Amino acid sequence: MAMPRRDVMIPLLLLLGLTLGAIVVPLSADDPRTMGDVVAQRFLPPFTTDGDGAFHLLGTDRFGRDIFARTMLAARISLVIGVLGSLLAGGVGIAIGALSAWRGGMVDRLLMAAADALLAIPRLILLLVCAALWRPGTVTVVAVLVATGWMAVARLVRAEVLGIRARPFVEGAAALGARPARILWRHVLPNALGSAIVAITLGVGGAILLESGLSFLGLGVQPPQPSWGNMIADGRDAIVIAPWVALAPGVALIVTVVAATFLGDALRDRLAGESVATLRDRA
Amino acid sequence: MRNVVSRLASSVILFWIVLTITFLLARAAPGDPTTVLVPPGASADDQARLRAELGLDAPLAIQYARWAGRLFKGDLGESFARRMPVRTVLAEAIPVSAGLGAASLALTFIVGIAVGMYQAARRGTVSDRALTIVTTTVYAAPSFWLALALIATFTYGAARWGFPSSLRLPAFGMRDPASDATGIAALGDLARHAVLPVITLAAIGAAGIARYARTITADLVSQDFVRTARAKGLSRRSIYLRHVLANAWPPLVVLLALAIPGLLAGSVFVEGVFAWPGMGRLTLAAVAARDYPVILGATAVYAAAVILANLAADLALPLLDPRRRS
Repeated sequence: MAMPRRDVMIPLLLLLGLTLGAIVVPLSADDPRTMGDVVAQRFLPPFTTDGDGAFHLLGTDRFGRDIFARTMLAARISLVIGVLGSLLAGGVGIAIGALSAWRGGMVDRLLMAAADALLAIPRLILLLVCAALWRPGTVTVVAVLVATGWMAVARLVRAEVLGIRARPFVEGAAALGARPARILWRHVLPNALGSAIVAITLGVGGAILLESGLSFLGLGVQPPQPSWGNMIADGRDAIVIAPWVALAPGVALIVTVVAATFLGDALRDRLAGESVATLRDRA
Repeated sequence: MRNVVSRLASSVILFWIVLTITFLLARAAPGDPTTVLVPPGASADDQARLRAELGLDAPLAIQYARWAGRLFKGDLGESFARRMPVRTVLAEAIPVSAGLGAASLALTFIVGIAVGMYQAARRGTVSDRALTIVTTTVYAAPSFWLALALIATFTYGAARWGFPSSLRLPAFGMRDPASDATGIAALGDLARHAVLPVITLAAIGAAGIARYARTITADLVSQDFVRTARAKGLSRRSIYLRHVLANAWPPLVVLLALAIPGLLAGSVFVEGVFAWPGMGRLTLAAVAARDYPVILGATAVYAAAVILANLAADLALPLLDPRRRS
């Protein structure tokens, strides 16, 4: 394998740095930076040193809480939801796509009709209806991201499996007496996963955006647990007097999504060849 | 022709499946829509009577049959929360969202294709790379964040950096509540209020389209017919505007259809932040209030928009691309 080049390394390092920050920075969460002195410290602008000598890189919010520390704390939840949501949705999509192509017939038609029907509703609307199903929270968000996110990967994998199945080496494996399950698992799937991996990587950004959207609407991660979405919602009322409260967490979010997108693009150049992603549903 | 009929038929079936899924999802939610409709302290009896009046006491299968029967006759039912026909509620909201969406979509495509083609024509240069970073960044921004950033710039920033008054754009609502202007003046007021929401939606949309338009154009530029056109001595302008664009249309039209769901979803947030009374705000309120008939009505509108856009793209392809006529 060739050395990873710049196009992979830069976004990867950015994401690793952010993950490290998310792990390390909130460890000091019980110091006064997190829950500040409401009277003296509320709405301090970025780059301010408060009366106690604490430096606030990104300023403070309406309760005097340090926005940098909270943004990093929120990164934990947002990153976990983004990665988990996309990975699990991809896993379900791979399973359904492979099953659909391998079985064919009625199973195939039913599964693909379900996928098409779900794809015909804007994902956000589906998310909104689903998010009303259970009590809002982290698990709910991941569950609805999976329930609404598997279809594109399923379609990709199905098409790949159908194509690969017709290739001579599959016939060869069957001639050697391999059972169908083994052929699918050892010979077909490994060759079909390239575009799914790209779609999952690109899906991380989409999942983070949708999580932030749900949390912004109050249907996702619930305060006092900070997520980028609910932090932006928190700063919304103060947008005219203290814009940094809403804007700072958004910058962290954008950097993350950009890094995930560039990583996905770089992987696509290597693994997939053609364009695999569709325009993602927005938050 | 047979192809058209079969595509139409499968679209109708798809539409029906979408509505049935939404019906089941909404009903599967715990909680009772009547809890938010009765005053605090109302007796259980009152609530039961309200449930009966709304038809919520019947078994699910009966409710589904009733709803489906009404839908066949074009009746979407009555909003639980507002006691108005869903049709009326939708008729108020659709023009707002459609206007916002149409303006944004037009701007999205003009800007997106222009930027993408410009990048493809200058592939590998500094300006191409810079624009890739810009489009990827804007495309990564949540619509509500971009909306808030624009509001901050044109309110907080406008006061702080002394913008001229013509650039102090209104951030909330569709029109100035204090003005009773009519005619042209009212239209001007509406346009001023539309600037920030339209820019929010169009910027994100154009960034997404530009990424694709660049790839599509770059693929075309390396093909033989472009080399021939260049060898004939055609100007760059004529190569791009006549030869390349003509061949880029089919995939761009498909992209147009694919861009619609994203635009609809984005409008939910943009309408929320800018307080525009469109489909997005209606849907949010309906989900919060468990207003089943409105949830279903709104989903029907969204699904119809997505399905019709895909259908139109499918049917338009042979018109744009002679190779697809068979």
